[in-house]
Amino acid sequence: MDLNNRYIRQIILPGFGIAAQEKLGKAKVLIVGMGGLGCPVLQYLVGVGVGTIGIMDADKISKSNLHRQLLFDEKEVGRLKVEAAANKAKAQNSLVDIVEYPFELSKTNAAEIIKGYDLVIDATDNFSAKYLINDICVWLQKPVVFGAVSGYEGQVAVFNFSSGVNPPIHYRHLFPVQPAANEFTTCEETGVIGVLPGIIGTMQAAEAIKLIADLGQPLNNRLLTYNLLAARWYEIEMNSSVEVPLIDEQFINSTNYQNACDFTEADIEEMDIDEIDVFHFLDLKYDPNIFILDVRELHEYPTIDFSHAQIPMSVLKESIHQLPEKPIYVICHQGIRSVYAAQLIKLHKKVEAYSLKGGLTAYFNRVSNE
Amino acid sequence: MDVQVIFFGSITDITMVDSVLLNNCTDLDSMVNDLIERYPSLANKKYFIAVNQKMVHENIKLKMGDTVALMPPFSGG
Repeated sequence: MDLNNRYIRQIILPGFGIAAQEKLGKAKVLIVGMGGLGCPVLQYLVGVGVGTIGIMDADKISKSNLHRQLLFDEKEVGRLKVEAAANKAKAQNSLVDIVEYPFELSKTNAAEIIKGYDLVIDATDNFSAKYLINDICVWLQKPVVFGAVSGYEGQVAVFNFSSGVNPPIHYRHLFPVQPAANEFTTCEETGVIGVLPGIIGTMQAAEAIKLIADLGQPLNNRLLTYNLLAARWYEIEMNSSVEVPLIDEQFINSTNYQNACDFTEADIEEMDIDEIDVFHFLDLKYDPNIFILDVRELHEYPTIDFSHAQIPMSVLKESIHQLPEKPIYVICHQGIRSVYAAQLIKLHKKVEAYSLKGGLTAYFNRVSNE
Repeated sequence: MDVQVIFFGSITDITMVDSVLLNNCTDLDSMVNDLIERYPSLANKKYFIAVNQKMVHENIKLKMGDTVALMPPFSGG
C-alpha cells in the first residue's frame, strides 16, 4: 500500500479500504445550493475523494453570506458562488472533477442534469427547490441527502434510497403538499447562526460518503433534528404509509413549484429601506396618518405604549394582510429585524415602510438623555 | 393521563415553549383539538406528528407517558 496516498488515513479504517476509496472515486454527486449547507458538503466530498462533483447555484457571494459560507472570503464578494467554490475545490484536491452550474434548478433543466449523477445533495434554502429535487429524484430513482435549517434547529435525512422491500421514503411522505411561500420564513428573514448549517451540511456529507462507499447504516428511515441551543438530537422513525400522488413526468409537468411570492435573498437584499433616526421619529410619533409596528417577539422587554400593534417577526409574513394601508414605521430592539420586516411589508403589502434606526435601544438612549 | 407534547422549529414561535404536558387527551385527534384551542395559529400550520419517535398519520389512542412531537418542515439553508 502506498503510504504517500493522500487518502491513506481513511483507507486504513476498518471496513473502509481500497474498495470504498474506489467507489468514491467513481461516484458522481450533485450538490444543489452552494450556501451554508452546500459549502461544508463540497469541502468534505472533495476531501474524501468523490470523483465528480456538480455544484449548482445562481447566486453571487454577498457580504451577509460570509458568516456562514466559510468557503468564501471578502475579496470574492460579488463573484458567482459556483465559480469561487470550484476554484477552492480544485486547489484542495486536483483529482476531483468539478462541474459548475451557475443557474437555478428548474423543471426544464432538472431531469437532464440529475440523470448524470448517482446521488443528489439537497442544500437549497427554499421549498420550491426542495420539492422539485424530491419529485425529479423520485421519478428518476436517485437518492437524495436532505438538509434544512430553521432558527437554531436543523433536519437531516436520506430520501428515496431503498435498502429493502419497502418503497423508499421521500419528502412528500413527511409533508405531502408544498407549503405556500407565506407559511414559513427563511434564514434571511429570521436569521441563522453560521455553525448550524455547518453541522447539518457536515452530516449530509457523512451520509453521502456512507451511501457511496456502502458503509454502516444509512439515514434512510429516520429524520434527525438537531437543536443547537439544547445540544440535542431528536430521532423520528419515518414511514411511507401516508398517501402520496404518483410522481412521474406528468405529475412534475403539471406541478407549480415556483411560488409567485417566493422572494429570494437577492430580491430582499436589493430592496432599499429608508431608516428614520430617533430625532425624526419623535416628531412623527403621534401623527395619526402613520402606523407604528413593533416586530419584537412577545417575550421581549421593555413594553412600549406608542406602537399601534405588535406582530412578532416570526409570524409577520402570515399577518401582513392585517396591516392598514398607511405608511408603516417598524421598530425592534436594535433596528436590524425592523429593516427586514420593512422589506417584507414593502414587498407583500406594497405600502411605504420605514425602519427605526438603532431600534428601541437608540430610542431609549435618546429619551433618557432629554 | 399525562402526555408530553414537544414542539420543533417554527411551531415554537407559536407556542413560545418547547413542550407542554396535557392531561385528559385520550387520542391524537382530541390532543390536536386541545392544542388548537390553546394556540389558535396552530390550525394553519403544516407539521407531521410522531408518537414516541414514530411518525403517525392516523388517529391513535394515547396512553400515559407518551411523547408526541409536532414537526414542521424546515426550508433554510
